[in-house]
Amino acid sequence: MKRFKGFVIKEFYHIFRDYRSMVILFGMPLVQILLFGFAITNEINNAGIAILDNSKDAVTHKITNKLLSSGYFKLEANLTDYKEIEPSFRKGKIKQVIIFENNFAKKLETENKANIQIIADASDPNTASLLSSYTTNIINKYQVEMMQNQELPMQINPEVKMLYNEELKGVFMFVPGTITILLMLISAMMTSISITREKELGTMEILLVSPLKPLQIVIGKVVPYVFISFMIAVIILVLGFTVFGMPVQGSLFLLLGECFLFIIMALSLGILISTITQTQQTAMMISMFALMLPTILLSGFIFPIENMPLPLQIFSNIVPPKWFIIIIKNIMLKGVGLGYIWKETLIIIGMTLFFIALSVKKFKIRLG
Amino acid sequence: MNSTKENSISVSNLSKSYGNILALNKLSFEIAKGELFGFIGPDGAGKTTLFRILTTLLLADEGNATLCGLDVVKDFKKIRQIIGYMPGKFSLYQDLSVEENLSFFATIFGTTIQENYELIKDIYIQIEPFRKRPAGKLSGGMKQKLALCCAMIHKPEILVLDEPTTGVDAVSRKEFWEMLRKLKENGITIIVSTPYMDEASLCDRVALMQGGIIMSTNTPENIIKQFDTPLYAVKSHSMYQLMNDLKTWNQTESAHLFGQYLHLTIKDKDSNAIETYLKSKSHQDFEIQQITPNIEDAFMRLMANKSK
Amino acid sequence: MTTQLINKSEIAANGKFSKAETVISVNNLYKKFGDFVANDNLSFDVYKGEIFGFLGANGAGKTTAIRILCGLSKPTSGKLNIAGFDGYKDTEKIKKSIGYMSQKFSLYEDLTVVENIRFYGGIYGLSRKEIKLRTEKLVEKLNLEEVKDKLIKDLPLGWRQKLAFSVAILHEPKIVFLDEPTGGVDPITRRQFWDMIYEAANNGITVFVTTHYMDEAEYCNRVSIMVDGKIAALDTPDGLMKTFSVHTMEEVFLKLARGVNNNE
Repeated sequence: MKRFKGFVIKEFYHIFRDYRSMVILFGMPLVQILLFGFAITNEINNAGIAILDNSKDAVTHKITNKLLSSGYFKLEANLTDYKEIEPSFRKGKIKQVIIFENNFAKKLETENKANIQIIADASDPNTASLLSSYTTNIINKYQVEMMQNQELPMQINPEVKMLYNEELKGVFMFVPGTITILLMLISAMMTSISITREKELGTMEILLVSPLKPLQIVIGKVVPYVFISFMIAVIILVLGFTVFGMPVQGSLFLLLGECFLFIIMALSLGILISTITQTQQTAMMISMFALMLPTILLSGFIFPIENMPLPLQIFSNIVPPKWFIIIIKNIMLKGVGLGYIWKETLIIIGMTLFFIALSVKKFKIRLG
Repeated sequence: MNSTKENSISVSNLSKSYGNILALNKLSFEIAKGELFGFIGPDGAGKTTLFRILTTLLLADEGNATLCGLDVVKDFKKIRQIIGYMPGKFSLYQDLSVEENLSFFATIFGTTIQENYELIKDIYIQIEPFRKRPAGKLSGGMKQKLALCCAMIHKPEILVLDEPTTGVDAVSRKEFWEMLRKLKENGITIIVSTPYMDEASLCDRVALMQGGIIMSTNTPENIIKQFDTPLYAVKSHSMYQLMNDLKTWNQTESAHLFGQYLHLTIKDKDSNAIETYLKSKSHQDFEIQQITPNIEDAFMRLMANKSK
Repeated sequence: MTTQLINKSEIAANGKFSKAETVISVNNLYKKFGDFVANDNLSFDVYKGEIFGFLGANGAGKTTAIRILCGLSKPTSGKLNIAGFDGYKDTEKIKKSIGYMSQKFSLYEDLTVVENIRFYGGIYGLSRKEIKLRTEKLVEKLNLEEVKDKLIKDLPLGWRQKLAFSVAILHEPKIVFLDEPTGGVDPITRRQFWDMIYEAANNGITVFVTTHYMDEAEYCNRVSIMVDGKIAALDTPDGLMKTFSVHTMEEVFLKLARGVNNNE
């Protein structure tokens, strides 16, 4: 155990003395989150909207007022006909149209149910999804206020429709996406590089010849990165919450647990890479191409998986970040518990075990 | 020699190839406990491959090797406890200080610097003034000393040093061999490889290696005794012309430059012939004397015999 | 014919050196890195066709000096003339008139023999015809006919070093710098390598060489020994051995360099 401790301490020395990498490791999440955050929050002040009120009653007026007083929206036009929707979008001044159905208040009273349709210009998917989610939030709040005075449960049904990009899946995607990319990058790339560095230096020969067990060597190399990756995950979550208002609806404990699991998965991938490479350079290239590209392109982070050709859809199933993004999205946005994401969690656990088993098999107790 | 003593290292018929290249070709030798044994040969002779097999880092294709009676394949875990290994190109952590490197290697071998300080004291004292300096910023000689300390910190029974003096200047090399002589007094078996022929004379016994085989194993004195023909050192006013003239002479067996002299062996055993020939080539102020060969002469003669 | 040969070899003869033409001239050269003085007041001349040994312990300042002489680094102060060019202004011209070879890097391992020759010929601006001609000559001279299309990494070290030297003087430079050219090479090849050095010097190329083999120091016409950034001694090997009343260059080196080595 003392041997192992000494080993881990040495690893921390390496990491902290390489201050350039440290700056990049901790600076990257900061910059990414701030960039995303500001790019988007700037746009949802006074976004132009149009309202098509088919009912024009007390309730629709109240909701309209709530929306316009929120500060997010500015009323650009009052429409009278569905035909006007398309042209008003084309003019480019409005980003969203809100449509109240006929006899809105009456329906709410008699049927306890009324519909609002939200049509958003989804050519800019992030803004569109933000606007529609703000709108829905405001409507929900109003509903809760009303409920306090009513005995019967009433339900206003906001029906969101994305124009121009109906398959939009971009809601709050970048915080889960950034976490995923960074955890993958740091865990897998940094461990594979740090192990191959020892091979290049020739110190791996001495370590192998020492009484340290190969498993101790590998775990000792990995432990520091577990800490660092975990810290970075927390930094991103805090930044997402404070700067951007990204909520964590579900259990924070569960979220961190899943992050931890994903980190272990990425680390075992990193170890696997290091067992099949000899130089830092190849380890880096493999990490970049075999890990980063699928993480960015095939995880559903940027491009919706549903829109991909079938072979890629099938392939995306073996890309671990896909499952992790589903998990954290569900926890953060939908607030679900483990009951809903156990399948994805199991898949990642399975992958982790697979990579570890493969690395153990591949890790050589000798050279060459 | 040393037949009464127990053997520390015993190797028989060891072979190893990489693809088509035969790196080691049926090596066999015995090294006694407490011996300082040198493997002398140029790059590509197979020294590193041999050392990696002995340190259990590589598997041989054929043959066996034992260290202190332990088999390098079966008992590799036990062997790893009793050897100290210094790979080529001083494997140290460049970003860790002298002190940190040493205490790291002490820790992973389950010991402390204090526990075995006596053993490394003489060497460590020389680098102690720089103990806070990162290993990457040390000079070649100091890196070599630190690497040696690291390899010995757990008091190994066998010390395996792969080209510890390569790329190090003559002063540091000399000091390094003095350190090895002292270590030997502690009863540690030391095997060391080097491309520098002149270092052979500092070993108890040497194996001259070339192209994956051992050409000769013996004490340095005996290797020189085995040189079976008179050797002449020749000098002239123009060494370049002398070299050209002797290389084209039909009586020349071998002619090699050696510092300011040319070492010559001839087919005809009459040394007067040399004088006559040089005069005929209008050399002036030349000098011819019969000399005792050194290890390098012996090595080259063995190489030449082998290629015949 | 015979007389001509003797005249030529006069140039390369040990100790008997024609000082007709200076190709390297260094005066009061200093190089500082911050407070650290790497080269401390170096002054020396090297002549055409001379084999000049440049010795020193690790860290004595050899590498820094060679970099300056090759035009890769500018001195802090001092006068410097290499192959007739100023060491401050004309570094590009200097680079064209020198050749360089080191043990660590010399040839591209993943290119073939012929490709390496062609590449180096190309960067020194030799014409295609000239490169072809010299390649043929070189392949013939080094007996590389059978391996000329093999990758460098498949050749034995000794062959590589000999080829690397030939490539370094392919463009017929005035000076060739050799940084530990024979490290790890077997003794026979090492001597063949020195035969090539002698030949090059005999053809009027100045050879500036560093080595850790002390017997090789004795092959040089003159030897300088650097200690702690200064030139501690400069003379013919004979002269040095007489001055220090010893019999080998190794002893000269040990006398000079010992004691200071541990104080870096």
